[in-house]
Amino acid sequence: MSLGKAEVEYISRLTQIEVREEAVEGVAQKLSNILDLFAQMEAADTQDVLPMAHPLDAVQRLRPDVVTEVDQHEKLQAIAPAAAEAHYLVPQVIE
Amino acid sequence: MSWEVVIGLEIHAQLTTKSKIFSGASTAYGAAPNSQACPIDLGMPGVLPVLNQAVIGKSIMLGLALDAEIGKRSVFDRKNYFYPDLPKGYQTTQFEFPIVGQGKLEIELEDGRKKVIGVTRAHLEEDAGKSVHGLVPGQTGVDLNRSGTPLLEIVSDPDMSSAKEAVAYAKKMHELVQYLGICDGNMQEGSFRVDSNVSVRRPGEPLGTRAELKNINSFRFIEKAIEFEIERQIELIESGGTVVQETRLYDAENDTTRSMRTKEDANDYRYFPCPDLLPVIIVDEDIEAIRATMPELPEAKRTRFVTEFGLSDYDAVVLTSSRAMAEFFEKVVALTQKKDIKLCANWVTSGFSAALNRDGLSVEVSPVSAEMLAGMIERILDNSISGKIAKQVFEAMWQGEGTADQVIESKGLKQITDTGAIEALVDEVLANNPEQVESYKAGQTKMLGYFVGQIMKVSGGQANPGQVNKMLVAKLK
Repeated sequence: MSLGKAEVEYISRLTQIEVREEAVEGVAQKLSNILDLFAQMEAADTQDVLPMAHPLDAVQRLRPDVVTEVDQHEKLQAIAPAAAEAHYLVPQVIE
Repeated sequence: MSWEVVIGLEIHAQLTTKSKIFSGASTAYGAAPNSQACPIDLGMPGVLPVLNQAVIGKSIMLGLALDAEIGKRSVFDRKNYFYPDLPKGYQTTQFEFPIVGQGKLEIELEDGRKKVIGVTRAHLEEDAGKSVHGLVPGQTGVDLNRSGTPLLEIVSDPDMSSAKEAVAYAKKMHELVQYLGICDGNMQEGSFRVDSNVSVRRPGEPLGTRAELKNINSFRFIEKAIEFEIERQIELIESGGTVVQETRLYDAENDTTRSMRTKEDANDYRYFPCPDLLPVIIVDEDIEAIRATMPELPEAKRTRFVTEFGLSDYDAVVLTSSRAMAEFFEKVVALTQKKDIKLCANWVTSGFSAALNRDGLSVEVSPVSAEMLAGMIERILDNSISGKIAKQVFEAMWQGEGTADQVIESKGLKQITDTGAIEALVDEVLANNPEQVESYKAGQTKMLGYFVGQIMKVSGGQANPGQVNKMLVAKLK
């Protein structure tokens, strides 16, 4: 299976990962190779196999419903790119 | 040609936990920005979410109430999308194996008919943060206090065929989650959010393309928004257009809906099982333990109030309008040893409810407790006060002047039951009204009511009316 230029651009937009014009062809080739591998794997019979949710054969541990965290926003915002009035700042989002 | 309307609802109920679904940060509403967002909520590298056990019990409870299949092996997945209020880049939710499977909820329509609405599933997920605009020009502020707040998303089957049915279902679910105590139901604070999927089709045709109406915070607006949307879609199709799959916002001011974003990328959330969380296994013992703690549901309560207490359907509905109200009433009944259940019902549905409404209070913060109301009803039952005086006593209790006994004592409201005292009152009134006495004796027996009225007036309403009546009849012979 091979991916074209348009598909790479679409995936680039979805993942918010920039792919430069000159790299598109190479990325398309690499992604196509990965998909070929999937195509190969599809030959395996998975009829009665439950999809694996986790590689560990263990059960989720639960914690009691207790508040254990304290306010650390000053410390956490010190490493944020931008903050003001206790809010994290991001480029303006318009809906 | 006629149109068929198809509506399905997605309800996000915020679960009443103290801490978040995957972290120990508080979920309290209204805290200072970002004061309740810990490194796990922020999606810091290297942190590990640990599931809050309370959300499991609360989900099972809803599942049992909806007569649903409980997911014995429930899996958390990542739903990937980019938005500043979601710092991790994915929402942890459940996709293929939700905690609650197919169930149902019966609703009552306006004409009294009942209809069963299917519930496709209910799954656990975390809420996102909140964007704040206008803080700094050209930038958006993000408050992540809400991120990681536990939500149960309850998805209905597309079983509703009018705005009224959709609202009836939403209200029923709203009542249910509050009765179960798993959600506070506060729509203003966003604890109970209703998204409606609306489409129209010609009878017999496949489902039409749906539009989603999001985040409407009152039942009245949900109804109006759906009604507007149905009209819009029909007009659009009839004039040759096609409905596109999109999210639309309801504008209450102009009573219209407008496009927010098209959902062309609907299948691009790239769900996959969350490697940070293991499958949750629920065994029968867990389910039975929760079943044992289930409160009585509104339907069952209503039926019991009618059959066991002999109340009217109307009273039963009013008294079960909220769990707090029903529990208040049952407490009053129990404290007065079921001596006069109808009297208790009357006081709770009229005097008590009226006072709550007048002052805009809820049962939980009422100045008159069940104990106080029961104490007053006891005084009516033992003839210490009449029903009329009781209203005065109740008002005084409401104003914080103490218990019924204290009010009766301090205001001297105790009913006069002493025969000698009543006789003196009767004699006084009869002596002052010789003409009326004459006409009574001449056959005007209606005059009796006049005398009773006069005596009650002279006694300041405190004479026992039964005794007054008896004595009058005897004296006038």
